[in-house]
Amino acid sequence: MQTEKLCKEIKEKIENVTNLKSLNDLKIEYTGKKGIITELQNGIKDATDKKEYGIMLNTIRKTFNELFEEKLNKLNEEELNKKLESEKIDVTLPSKKIRVGSKHPMTRTLEELEDLFVSMGFDVYDGPEIESDENCFQKLNLPLGHPARDAQDTFYLENEYEKYLLRSQTSTGQVRVMEANKEKGPIRVVCPGKVYRRDDDATHSHQFMQMEGLVIDENISMADLKGTLETFCKKLLGEKTDVRFRPSFFPFTEPSVEVDATCFKCGGKGCSLCKGTGWIEVLGAGMVHPNVLKMSGYDPEKYQGFAFGTGLDRFTMFKYGITDIRTLYGNDMRFLNQFTRGDEDR
Amino acid sequence: MKLSRKFLNDYLDIDVDTKVLANDMTNVGNEYDSCEKLIPATNLVIGKVLECIPHPDSDHLRVCKVDISSEVLNIVCGAPNVRENLKVIVAKPGAILPGGEIKKCEKRGVESNGMLCALSELGLDSKFLKEEDYTGICELDESAIVGEDPIKFLGLDDEIIDFELTSNRGDLLSILGMAYEIGAIYGKKVKNVDTSYKESGNIDFKVEVKTENCPLFLAKQVKNITIKESPDFIKTRLIASGIRPINNVVDISNYVMLELGQPLHFYDNDNLGNKIIVRMANDSEKLTTLDNQERLLSKDDIVISDGNSKAVGLAGVMGGLSTEIENTTKNILIEAAIFDSVHIRKTSKKILRSEASNRFEKGIDPRRTYMAIDRCCNLLEKYADATIIKGMVEINNIDIQDKEIIVTLDKINKVLGTNITKEEVIDILNRLDFKVQENNNEFKVTIPTRRPDIKIKEDIIEEIGRYYGMDKIKGTKLVLPLKEGHFDKTKRQIRNKMISLGFNETLSYALIPNSHVNEYTTDKFTHINLDYPMSEDRKTLRYSLLYSLEQIYEYNKARNYKDTCIFEIGKGFYKENNEYKEDLKLAGLMTGKYYLDVNNTNVDFYVIKGVVEELLDYLGYNGRYTIDYKQTPKELHPGVSANIILQGEDIGVIGMIHPSITKDKVFVFEINLDKLLKNRTSNIKYKEISKYLGMEKDVAFVVNKNIKNKDIIDVIKKSGGKLLTNIEVFDIYVGDKINEDEISIAYKLTFTDNTKTLTEEEVMNIFNNIIKDVENKLGAKVRNGE
Repeated sequence: MQTEKLCKEIKEKIENVTNLKSLNDLKIEYTGKKGIITELQNGIKDATDKKEYGIMLNTIRKTFNELFEEKLNKLNEEELNKKLESEKIDVTLPSKKIRVGSKHPMTRTLEELEDLFVSMGFDVYDGPEIESDENCFQKLNLPLGHPARDAQDTFYLENEYEKYLLRSQTSTGQVRVMEANKEKGPIRVVCPGKVYRRDDDATHSHQFMQMEGLVIDENISMADLKGTLETFCKKLLGEKTDVRFRPSFFPFTEPSVEVDATCFKCGGKGCSLCKGTGWIEVLGAGMVHPNVLKMSGYDPEKYQGFAFGTGLDRFTMFKYGITDIRTLYGNDMRFLNQFTRGDEDR
Repeated sequence: MKLSRKFLNDYLDIDVDTKVLANDMTNVGNEYDSCEKLIPATNLVIGKVLECIPHPDSDHLRVCKVDISSEVLNIVCGAPNVRENLKVIVAKPGAILPGGEIKKCEKRGVESNGMLCALSELGLDSKFLKEEDYTGICELDESAIVGEDPIKFLGLDDEIIDFELTSNRGDLLSILGMAYEIGAIYGKKVKNVDTSYKESGNIDFKVEVKTENCPLFLAKQVKNITIKESPDFIKTRLIASGIRPINNVVDISNYVMLELGQPLHFYDNDNLGNKIIVRMANDSEKLTTLDNQERLLSKDDIVISDGNSKAVGLAGVMGGLSTEIENTTKNILIEAAIFDSVHIRKTSKKILRSEASNRFEKGIDPRRTYMAIDRCCNLLEKYADATIIKGMVEINNIDIQDKEIIVTLDKINKVLGTNITKEEVIDILNRLDFKVQENNNEFKVTIPTRRPDIKIKEDIIEEIGRYYGMDKIKGTKLVLPLKEGHFDKTKRQIRNKMISLGFNETLSYALIPNSHVNEYTTDKFTHINLDYPMSEDRKTLRYSLLYSLEQIYEYNKARNYKDTCIFEIGKGFYKENNEYKEDLKLAGLMTGKYYLDVNNTNVDFYVIKGVVEELLDYLGYNGRYTIDYKQTPKELHPGVSANIILQGEDIGVIGMIHPSITKDKVFVFEINLDKLLKNRTSNIKYKEISKYLGMEKDVAFVVNKNIKNKDIIDVIKKSGGKLLTNIEVFDIYVGDKINEDEISIAYKLTFTDNTKTLTEEEVMNIFNNIIKDVENKLGAKVRNGE
């Protein structure tokens, strides 16, 4: 009877406790030096039926301990919840800015192309921007007085007319790479870099970037050229891009072609960008002219190869929908900050 | 080159829509710019004015009844020359003219169902119009048939394709050349040119060629010409080709040039005398050309002079005024010649570009030179009542022969990557009108002189490709031996590092104003200017990139952007020992807040120094460089700038832009990457981690402000020896607690031994020595804790 009564009393008391301090007080009241349970324990020596007394004592102690633990956990949890509640923050307040920089969109295009060609076993070569007339024109089958020189209004250096110039095309890379490799034979290279021409408007900048490609071996054909450019255009303008060859003329290639790609804006249906044709001119290309091979030390009877040249500015403008080329060289932070995300080409 | 469809039809029988023709030409490599009707106006009809009465409510308007065959229209017209019985051009309601659409309307209360047109209202270029074409309506000849097309009646029912020709195809600057090219597309033969005429008398003329720049010169005399208007077919073909008709004789010279591609010059033979000398001009020789401009010549220009060596024409470019064909001219001398294309190009670039010079620059077929003389005679006899004089002066140093080129079927397919058959090759060559002999898949091709662009077998392969269809070539994947592709990884590493450090990459122009080329450097160098720059702002090649970055900062500041943090990798140019050099450089600029520091503090010298150190350490130069003041550019704050020194060599600068340039705190650095990267770095070498814990000791030194941190560290290092494994500055103090000219720098020193745990005593020994050395050598005091 006494056991039941005592257990009931314990249960009631613990249930009524609302904080850790009162719970602790209760612990002292029952299990402290002079606590109720401690007293009961001390009474065991006077008990008549020690076994029964022991069972009774255990029940009471167990009841107390269990209820106490349960309450303690509950109070702790409440306490923690209260603390967490008090620490609540407004997660919509602004972050502390950690901002990395951005890669220039032209570089993004450049790196994408470098990676593509490197993956196909091409080397990347960028020669000097100041070149001799010889490397920029004469060795590319454009002798002094050639009418096709007019198309590239070249910057000559002071007092160096028809001698030294700012390269007007990255085709200079062809000459330099061929001359460096003539003993070794086959070549696979792309030459990206800055070039300069006397021109400045919404679609022309006096400084811009080109990339020249050159493959020389014993059995390289126009069909290989087309296959390579198909890969190239699909990579840059999308998988659905087709490539079209139109005959053309460049002094350093024979045969020569202009290369059109499916208009990326309308997908070939015809729009204002492609002037309704569904095609956009993206490259000039052809088979390396035998004179060019010969001048740089390759026997045209043994070797043949293709070369192509394209403007990186144009591709960059297509890709990001930039309409004025001067934007690319304006370096407005509001423009540059739009390119902080990682490369599209992952 | 403007191709008149009607002119072409004179030599080629083809039934193809002009737009289709233009596209077919593009597919064989002759791109066109535009393809349009000569007169784009629509809904025009020939009408006859039946009645013409004054407008009841206007002084100058008339109300006309105009018969257009299908009906009689009521039209109000304001032209002063409108009158009864006049045949007129009527624009019916719905007609689209360059000025807009014609609609039914009321003019001051009177209904008007159309418009009577002046020639100027139809869209013809103003250079072909006379004053009366603007002031009054067009008066058609009585023979015009009411109800028919007035444009056709005027012979202006032509279509024009404007081609952008490639520079190798001078042969296409003629109708005949176009006819061969187009004939090859459709498999049609070109018709013969009528070159027949009668001759009488005997030529009395001499030519002396004193320069090798005139390999062929033909002169023929024609007498008793009648100057009058040209027949309509000549006038309309000239107009369609963009040349203004003048009179029959001048028009014939232009007509034949358009037709055959050979520029001609007609002299008034009576004013010229009986001799021509072809020679190089003298420096500062003068000549008044046909357009009444006095031209200053030089020894590089070819001139035509009379028997007294007086210049009468700028060869290949423009004739002289003194021997011009005038209305009174009776006898003429025809010149058909070939001049050196490079010289003509130079002269025309300097003096004047003309239809003639354009053709000479691109090369002339000598056979056409002869043909042109005959064609002129044929037309002059017919349309200028001329008497053609027998004989011709002929100075010819050209061996006029067709070329033979051999090419094999195998080579054709090897270059094009195709499987073209022997029969296809022969068919294409036949269509081009090239003679071909085939033997065992080897073709011997005879190239007519009209195609000087075809010189080698690759040129023939291109012809085959063009007419086979370059676009029919199927792309193949390159099959080449497996090989690693190489590229410059360092540039990319630097770029990526700078971006990860919070910098935006810029791309600026290498050409800058000359006045700024020496800025941001203390180097002595020879800068490089351009010959004829576009402008003063783009005259000189930059040596340092920092001027460009400063400009970008200013640009963005003007747009309220305060936290500019940018870098650029580019070339710096200079001349050394007569050689042009270019060094790769990296420059950075930062101002405002720095967003990699989460506290977003303002940039100071130590932030940009941290950037430079992080970059150099990342590239593997840790411990090999110092940043210290030696001599810095005047554009930097003299007290807040330093040099970046790699193993004794100055490789860059760092510092704050001088307050006289900008009041903002703007920090920059520039590193010569060529100088940096020529110093190789080694691979990372793992160092065994000490099993024994290090011991740390802190000490703060108070020193005079003249003493630099580097000086103290040098002493500490020397004194600390091997067991001192790390030195770290953890506090800097200037203020009330020490003297005004003093600074306190606190160091945390770490001592480690890889072989054992150091005892307090061992460490204290070294530590006390360090303190003693710093005190003795630098006059420092140890700062006691407060």
